[in-house]
Amino acid sequence: MIANYGYKDGSGEYYISIDTDKCIDCAAERACLTACPKNMFEIITDDYDDEVAWVKKECTRALAYDCAGCKPAAGYTSLPCASACTPGAIKHSW
Amino acid sequence: MNAEVAAATAPEKKEFWRWQENTWFDESKNWKDAKIITCGIDVGSVSSQAVIVCDGELYGYNSMRTGNNSPDSAKNALAGIMDKIGMKLEDINYVVGTGYGRVNVPFAHKAITEIACHARGANYMGGSKVRTILDMGGQDCKAIHCDEKGKVTNFLMNDKCAAGTGRGMEVISDLMQIPIAELGPRSFEVDEEPEAVSSICVVFAKSEALALLKAGYTKNKVIAAYCQAMAERVVSLLERIGVEEGFFITGGIAKNPGVVKRIEKLLGIKAVDTKIDSQIAGALGAALFGYTLMQKQGAKAA
Ligand code: SF4
Ligand code: SF4
Repeated sequence: MIANYGYKDGSGEYYISIDTDKCIDCAAERACLTACPKNMFEIITDDYDDEVAWVKKECTRALAYDCAGCKPAAGYTSLPCASACTPGAIKHSW
Repeated sequence: MNAEVAAATAPEKKEFWRWQENTWFDESKNWKDAKIITCGIDVGSVSSQAVIVCDGELYGYNSMRTGNNSPDSAKNALAGIMDKIGMKLEDINYVVGTGYGRVNVPFAHKAITEIACHARGANYMGGSKVRTILDMGGQDCKAIHCDEKGKVTNFLMNDKCAAGTGRGMEVISDLMQIPIAELGPRSFEVDEEPEAVSSICVVFAKSEALALLKAGYTKNKVIAAYCQAMAERVVSLLERIGVEEGFFITGGIAKNPGVVKRIEKLLGIKAVDTKIDSQIAGALGAALFGYTLMQKQGAKAA
C-alpha cells in the first residue's frame, strides 16, 4: 500500500509517501525511526495486521516546516529518512 | 443594502445546515435467522452511523449527528437501530469502531481506520469494479485506491482545513439561509456557470461569498461558485493518486449533486451509482471487517 501523509496548501504539496509493502519485511531494521531528527516515524500495526511505518499524526500538518532542516536549502544533499530506508519505501513530494 | 445581502448577514435563527438523520432496515429479512451478526460504528467529526450486517449482508443502519462526545455518539447511533429492530447488544457477535472517534467506541472489539473501512464499504456498495474512492467527510477528505476485494492500495487524506468538506458546505448553507439538501439543485439554477470561489479556507470563503452577494451575485450563483470550488479542490487531491474507472464517492457530500456532477465533469468519469446511502460506507465497511474476523475465528476454532 502507498500511504501518503501530509497536505496541500497555497504554497505547495507536502506529502511523505511510504510504500508499506516494503516495511513488512524491512531490510533496514526500521532505520527510519532513528534517522529522522524530528522523530516523525513510528511502527504501527495497520488495518491488515501488518507492521509498517507511518508518519505520526501530529506531524502531518506541518511537514513543510519540520522537514525544512533536511532539505537542500539547509545544506543536505539527501534526506536522512530516505537515505536510511534502503528498501526505498520513503519518498517526499517536494 | 440589497435584500440578499441583508438576509445573509442577518442573525441566524434557523439551522439550515441540519441534514436529515435516518434509520433503515431490510423488512424482508429477520435478523434472528442470521448465524453471525456484526456491527460497524463510524463516529465521524460531524455524523455518526451504526450499521448491522447479518451473515455478511447489510441489514440495517442508523445515521445521526455526532454529539458532544464519542462514546455517547456511538451508543446513541447503535441504540437508534437496535431499538427499531428489537435487538440487544448481546445479540451482536462483533463490533468494529471506525472514524475519528473509533478508539472511543466503548463496546467495540476492534478499531479500524476509516480509510480501510470506506474502501471495504465502497466495494460492497459499488461492487468489485470500484477502484478509486473519494470520501468527502465532515471535516476531511480522502482519496483512496483499492483492489477488487476492497483492500486499500494507495491513500491520501487531507485534514488540514475544512474547505472541500461537509462542514464547509454546512457553513455555506447557514450563510445563504438555504436548507443543505437544496444547495445542490439550486447550484444549477444559474444562467451561466460562475468562476469557482478562489479561497480555499472556509473562513475566507465566507467573506468571499458575502463579497460576491454584495457585488450582485444571486445566492444560486454563489452556491454554484462554491460547489465548483469544492469540486476543483477534491479533484486536485484525487489527481495526486490517479483516478481510475470504477470511481465511487462516499460520505455526506455524495448526496449533493451540485458537487458530484461538477467533479464528474472535471474528471470526465461518471461515479458508480448505488442505492445505499453513501454516508454509511465507513460503518458498513467496519461491520464487514467484523464479519470477516468472525469467519476467521470460526475457521480457527473448527
Ligand atoms: S520506512 Fe523504510 S526503514 Fe522504515 S520500516 Fe519501512 S522499509 Fe523499514
Ligand atoms: S526530511 Fe528530515 S525531518 Fe523530514 S521526515 Fe525525513 S528525516 Fe524526518
